[in-house]
Amino acid sequence: MRELLWLIPILPLAAYVTLGVIGRRLPRWAVAVIGFVPVAASCGIAVAVASPYLSGQTSEPYVQVLWSWLQVGEFQPQIAFYLDPLSVVMTLVVTGVGSLILLYSTEYMDEDEEYSRFFAYMNLFVASMLTLVLGENLLVLFLGWEGVGMCSYLLIGFWYKDPDNGRAAQKAFIVTRVGDAAMLVGLFLLLSELGTLHIPLLMDRATAQWAVGAGLPSAAAALLLGGAVGKSAQLPLQVWLPDAMAGPTPVSALIHAATMVTAGVYLIARMHTLFLLAPIVLLLVAIIGTVTLLISGFSALVQRDIKRVLAYSTISQIGYMFLGLGVAAWSAAILHFMEHAFFKALLFLAAGVVIHALDDEHDLLKMGGLRKRLPFAFWTFLIAGAALAGFPILTSGFYSKDLILYSALVSSHGGFWLWLGGVVGVLLTGGYIFRLIFLAFFGELRREIGRLPRIRMKIPLIVLAVLSIVGGLFQIPRSLGGTPRFSNFLKPALGALPSGSLTIEATSELISSGAAILGIFIAYLWFLRRPKQVSHGALPAVPEMLQRYWFVDWGLDWLYDRVFVRPFVYIAHINRKDIVDRPFRRLEWIMAWTWRGFRITQTGRVSWYAVCVIGGVVVLLSMVVL
Amino acid sequence: MTVIFYISAIVAIIATLRVITCAHAVHALLYFIVSLFSVAVIFFTLGAPFVAALEVIIYAGAIMVLFLFVVMLLGHELEDARRQRVGFRPGDWIGPVLLAAILAGELFYVFWSSGPPRAAASVIGPRAVGLSLFGPYLLGVEIASFLLLAGLVGAYHLGRRDEDAEAQSP
Amino acid sequence: MTVIPLNHVLILATILFGLGIVGLLVRRNVIFMLVSIEVMLNAAGLAFVGAGAHWQSADGQVMFLFILTMAAAEVSVGLALVLRLYHQLHTLDADAADLMKA
Repeated sequence: MRELLWLIPILPLAAYVTLGVIGRRLPRWAVAVIGFVPVAASCGIAVAVASPYLSGQTSEPYVQVLWSWLQVGEFQPQIAFYLDPLSVVMTLVVTGVGSLILLYSTEYMDEDEEYSRFFAYMNLFVASMLTLVLGENLLVLFLGWEGVGMCSYLLIGFWYKDPDNGRAAQKAFIVTRVGDAAMLVGLFLLLSELGTLHIPLLMDRATAQWAVGAGLPSAAAALLLGGAVGKSAQLPLQVWLPDAMAGPTPVSALIHAATMVTAGVYLIARMHTLFLLAPIVLLLVAIIGTVTLLISGFSALVQRDIKRVLAYSTISQIGYMFLGLGVAAWSAAILHFMEHAFFKALLFLAAGVVIHALDDEHDLLKMGGLRKRLPFAFWTFLIAGAALAGFPILTSGFYSKDLILYSALVSSHGGFWLWLGGVVGVLLTGGYIFRLIFLAFFGELRREIGRLPRIRMKIPLIVLAVLSIVGGLFQIPRSLGGTPRFSNFLKPALGALPSGSLTIEATSELISSGAAILGIFIAYLWFLRRPKQVSHGALPAVPEMLQRYWFVDWGLDWLYDRVFVRPFVYIAHINRKDIVDRPFRRLEWIMAWTWRGFRITQTGRVSWYAVCVIGGVVVLLSMVVL
Repeated sequence: MTVIFYISAIVAIIATLRVITCAHAVHALLYFIVSLFSVAVIFFTLGAPFVAALEVIIYAGAIMVLFLFVVMLLGHELEDARRQRVGFRPGDWIGPVLLAAILAGELFYVFWSSGPPRAAASVIGPRAVGLSLFGPYLLGVEIASFLLLAGLVGAYHLGRRDEDAEAQSP
Repeated sequence: MTVIPLNHVLILATILFGLGIVGLLVRRNVIFMLVSIEVMLNAAGLAFVGAGAHWQSADGQVMFLFILTMAAAEVSVGLALVLRLYHQLHTLDADAADLMKA
């Protein structure tokens, strides 16, 4: 059964090729089928392939080699796929959530003219993401990495006719490129020092050759972290994600919530052995995660665009994942990734229902009272929002977030301050997401709705809502009397979680649950009880200066503009005449000059030609004779 | 024998000189015929009577006559050539003379010293040439006949005068 | 018969050849250019015959025969072309035919 592994990325790829070539000529229903079915089929095959692992039969990794890619001396990367519990989780989430989102998009994008192009790009994205998570060596991973970056660009700028969308896509691509460059240097470093990019081999050689805390593994880990930071939109490279909301909502759901932005998390988890050799970098991961989750939490509190709130929320939640990674609680981060994929995709899709119904309205302040008109969207949003906030016991988010916080507290790499940052973040999370819910769904109706969602949009929402609730059952902590099945499942791949006493675990859960409920309550006070505030969505107790500062993402965009963009544009402006081009234009000039010289000899007159012939004979003869 | 050689040589040189400096076409051609005759005499002294005869018959007798016919056909034009003193300014001659002088100089340098003189030479008559032509050089003879055929067809085609042919072919 | 030194013959041939070159380069009339070419051909033939006599073989004369044949063919075609040229351009100035100039 496991030999079908290669089909998982190939089916969406085939869909991409088909739609890319003949998509325009196919009727809509055909495009929808070709767009959706392969990914769903991949999901099915993934379940089948993963069944030996899921049933606990085996936990040995399985490698499937397709062919040899390069051969340069000793370096012989192959196109090969690697199946172990970690990649099982990733693949199932990507294909599962991906197929649900694609089903949703068959209805959401129904009125768009470029229907086939959308599905082509989406399938290419899914194929690239699967290549990324199934890659057996870092080169295949990088192939997928670049692929998802390109698809992100293509899909953010999907409605290319509006130049703002193009700029947002460019910004995303360039910012992640900075990270990609760092990652590439990291790959080179690993290759030159360890001689291979096969992940299992790499990990063995690294532990054999390098001591903990040495310079080289720290450098390599830091560079890979650079790549992860770019792709996963963490500090300092998170500026692209809010603008990326310019793309269609299913794109935001799939790429910028559930999958691509978690590629960085996967990378660090996969290379965790390397990161364990570099404790400084690991600490950096945790710090970046914590700081990011805090600042984007604040930014999410003051946004007006419904998708931007969710974008900042994504940045914040990935911060949690990074925090989990940074304290060496790898399985906790992956668990949160899975739960986050469920409820964040649900949030985006439900937001899509609202946007779709209000005819592309994104502004929260123009929405209100939608509870009565869109009950379906309201209930799913509520479930997802509660999961995001980590509402105790009932939602999946609670389990994953608490696992991370608890691990931060007890891990040898963690500490109290990291835990505290996480708890404050929980407060913020409850606050911003319920602010959104209260502003959009409660209060008086400001605008009438147009379209109601139909079955194809409803099914994914229902499935994701169920998952958001029951997802937590995979990992019920011991303090609540359950078994940590998820982390046990991942243990062969990722090692054990940090452990401490049950009392600490229970205390941490109590405090974070309290923080979540407190956040929700404050949002209730401000936005439900006092409708005056609703008119400008601002926070009552916070000074306006601060709110404006949070609105522009703590001024990072402004900073980057001043420090990087303007000098660069200035230099480009100075170099208008392009001095680098000069030598080539000089060459061109020389050619033209030579040509003019030769042209003069072509007089068309026979007598002149005769002279030339005789002259030539004289020269040749003199060469022979003398 | 050698005296005749040197006298004919001088005649040939002077005649050729007159060929290239003469303004009148017919005069130039006649001078050239004189030159050809003197070269034929030189051939005799070299012991090659066959080619001497051929020189006179074919070169002077056919090719130069052909030239004369064409010159007659273009009569009016060439009459004016006498009046065009084109190319008779001293300045025009410097370049070509210089080139030719360099070339001749190089060749003189090569030819100046010859090997030891032969004791005696014999006449190589038509018989020997014929045997050579039909022996080792048979292929050359055939190819030469191709050449003549090509020349024949070409000259015929180029020389046609009817209106339709001129309209069709460039 | 007495032997004429080869280099004398060759020197004569060179002088005639040089005169032919001068004639080719100086004259602008097409007919004169063709005549100069004939002069050059004749000089070359003289060189061959002289060499053949020196080495006492018929090869020199055979070569001269071939040159003669070639000259005949060339002259006939060339003169036909001259007639064409005159018909087209109404002049025999070689420099008048310069449509191929760059």
